[in-house]
Amino acid sequence: MMEFLSQGGYAFYVWSCYGLGAVLLVAEIIALRRHQRTIVAQLGRLKRMREAEVSQ
Amino acid sequence: MKFHWFHFSSPATFYGLAGRMIPWFLALALVTGVVALYWGFFETPDQLGGSNPQKEYYRIIFVHVGSAWMSMWLYLVLAGWSAFGLVFNTRLSYMMAVSVAPTGAIFTFLALFTGSFWGRPSWGTWWDWDPRLTSELILFFLYVGYLALHSAIDDARRADRASALLAIVGLVCVPIIFWSINCPDPNQCAALHQRSSMGSIDGNILFAMLALTFSFWMYSFATSFMRVRRIILEREAGTTWVNEQLEREAQT
Repeated sequence: MMEFLSQGGYAFYVWSCYGLGAVLLVAEIIALRRHQRTIVAQLGRLKRMREAEVSQ
Repeated sequence: MKFHWFHFSSPATFYGLAGRMIPWFLALALVTGVVALYWGFFETPDQLGGSNPQKEYYRIIFVHVGSAWMSMWLYLVLAGWSAFGLVFNTRLSYMMAVSVAPTGAIFTFLALFTGSFWGRPSWGTWWDWDPRLTSELILFFLYVGYLALHSAIDDARRADRASALLAIVGLVCVPIIFWSINCPDPNQCAALHQRSSMGSIDGNILFAMLALTFSFWMYSFATSFMRVRRIILEREAGTTWVNEQLEREAQT
């Protein structure tokens, strides 16, 4: 296990690359999901406001 | 029943279709990604070559090659949708172009970063103004420039057209990256990327490389579909179908 993690002494280079790759890709997915929820909530609020105006 | 391609070019139809496909693309990306990483780390030799071997750091190539290929491919997709939009004036093509760009920029950055972290142990330098490195850096600036131009113009349709033109002009960069391994005059510039062929690569390494590239490709489908769904909602806000869609999403 330690041998695998040390990558022949090049752990810093190898794991930096795979670490950054994982962080970037996961962060993009999280950001996209959060944006989608925000826009759905926003548009939903807007719609209810308009409906409230119409019913008055 | 006749199949109509333009049926799916309506944002309302595509919104639902993309939503159904996203989980599949994400699952495919995850499965092939895990297989690729397992293969790349456990089924490959630790060192390559004879007297001056590539040591364990060569394993960076799996993520490096995959992201570099995606950086170029997604630029072709971006320019393709831009051209399609300019020719046919279809709204969805522009939305697809804008959706692909951030993922492309991420992969371009990842290709540059991983290349640098491979260059340090193997060439002895983080960066060199080699033709391929330089042209890949320009590609990154093109992605950033495209996104900056698009967000700088308030009117969505004008932003679409202006940045589409930029994307198409920037297309000249992709073949330069692709062929930059052969420097015209080796005395003037030494190209650090050498020509290689699929046949000269160890089968296990090639498999891991291709599998991770495929995983990145599926990932790009998922993220650009996620992004296009948001853009569709933003642009079609207030229409009847969006209101109906919001009601359906509120129930689930």
